[in-house]
Amino acid sequence: MSVLLDLAVGTLTQGLIYSLISFGIYITYKILDFPDLTVDGSFPLGAAVTAVLLTGGMDPFLTLPIALLVGAASGLCTGLIHVKIGVRDLLAGIITMTALFSINLQIAGSNLTVDRGTSTIFTAPATMALLGSLPLLYRKLIVSFVIVVLLKLIVDAYFRTKNGLLLRAVGDNETLVTSLSVDKGRMKILGLVLSNAFVSLSGALVCHEQRSFSATMGTGQMVFGLAAVIIGTTLFRKVSFVKGTTAVIIGSIVYKACIQAAISFGLPANLLKLITAVLFLVILALGTLREKGGARHA
Amino acid sequence: MLELKNVTKIYNPGEITEVCVFRDFSLRVEEEEFVSIVGSNGSGKTSLLNIICGSIPVEEGSILINGKDVTHEKEHVRYRRIGRVYQNPAAGTSPGLTILENLSLADNKGKAYDLTRGINRHRRDFYREQLSALGLGLEDKLDVKLGALSGGQRQAVALLMATMTPIDFLILDEHTAALDPKTAEIIMELTDRVIREKKLTAIMVTHNLRYAVEYGTRLLMMDKGKSVLDCAGQKKKNMVVDDVLQLFNQISVECGN
Repeated sequence: MSVLLDLAVGTLTQGLIYSLISFGIYITYKILDFPDLTVDGSFPLGAAVTAVLLTGGMDPFLTLPIALLVGAASGLCTGLIHVKIGVRDLLAGIITMTALFSINLQIAGSNLTVDRGTSTIFTAPATMALLGSLPLLYRKLIVSFVIVVLLKLIVDAYFRTKNGLLLRAVGDNETLVTSLSVDKGRMKILGLVLSNAFVSLSGALVCHEQRSFSATMGTGQMVFGLAAVIIGTTLFRKVSFVKGTTAVIIGSIVYKACIQAAISFGLPANLLKLITAVLFLVILALGTLREKGGARHA
Repeated sequence: MLELKNVTKIYNPGEITEVCVFRDFSLRVEEEEFVSIVGSNGSGKTSLLNIICGSIPVEEGSILINGKDVTHEKEHVRYRRIGRVYQNPAAGTSPGLTILENLSLADNKGKAYDLTRGINRHRRDFYREQLSALGLGLEDKLDVKLGALSGGQRQAVALLMATMTPIDFLILDEHTAALDPKTAEIIMELTDRVIREKKLTAIMVTHNLRYAVEYGTRLLMMDKGKSVLDCAGQKKKNMVVDDVLQLFNQISVECGN
């Protein structure tokens, strides 16, 4: 029984940590209507930077704002490529993602393990002072939960500001934003910056959690994030009081639980990405069937 | 005051598909004038509006607003002093935001969109008042998403949004064309009232000859990038639809439409 409970707690933690990717995708895909593939590069970027900084002895909590910043920079690149050079949205993301693969290799090599003696946000003195009596598994859950909820509240608050309203309007109707005398390109760039900052932070948390970085860890993360967003927003489609951010956190947890269940039933880990793709296709297909021809984004 | 001086606009210059919409075109619109522009498809009406707003660049000539050359000013910069209502009712509003949020956005035009509260509670009563003046019962729907409103209601809100902040020009781009006749009538009357009350300078492109004759202080008929009829003042007042229709048919026959 306790094995099962441990598995559930572990899955929940995974869902929370990875939900930051879906925050990012929620901003680009749901709000800006921008299919941003930068994600597959900015996610490992956050992990790479974090792995190097942790190994170098930096305070674990300081790595988080740094991961946010490097992620923001990668989003800025995609934004500038799209808006200033006029490259199509999908391609702009692919260009940055491809470049980031090499950059990540330069930062941290193809694999980097953070050794057991190095403290992470889950074992840092500040965390131990508060939650030291709990086992590591639960500490991970609580710390991740606090970080994700904090960010959720910040994002929700941002969407209520003038700038947040305007960002929502850009994805809805670009023409209106121009009519409001605002450069719509700048708002798009801002959205990409915010989005990839979250994605990179997710990568950083994963690095803290599993104490490792690998150059290929970004593959499929955009698809994961998108799936989480679609699951979440579909589940709570008719429940108006549940905010988009809450919905995507739940979507992320549901998705990770599905994958965990598949592995528990004996699915080889090598087939994971295949299952991810198939699961995503099923979700999209269900959505399309329900809307009947409403596969605008698919 | 708006001035277009010797404007030349060519689409796809140098290609086989090259189309010259305007050659050496000039137009002057005085303060508080309400100009209706009619003309067949392809006569350059919408291009004219796009040139004024900066949505498309011009090959030659200059555009002056209140004496200031804005030819090379970016579109979004120009919109600070221009309000525009589009043919498509969805173009002037954000369907995913509520009426209150839409109005708040419009109310803030020209100011910084910063991290302060998006909705100003103190303005709620003002918005309600403005909406009730439309006479469409929207004052009780402040928290309803724009996407849930009908085309006419959306267009009314779009008109309100376009004229919320002080503007030099109101640009109406066939803004009643997508509405049913009754709703179009309501929106047209609203437009006229807003223009009078706020003493706006307005340019309206329309396919409805009756609106062009009944409303506005000046009528312009365009054909192949030239104005073939331009009358204002008493002459415009005495005009009847049949006069315009006759000329319009004449042009259309020449074009083979």
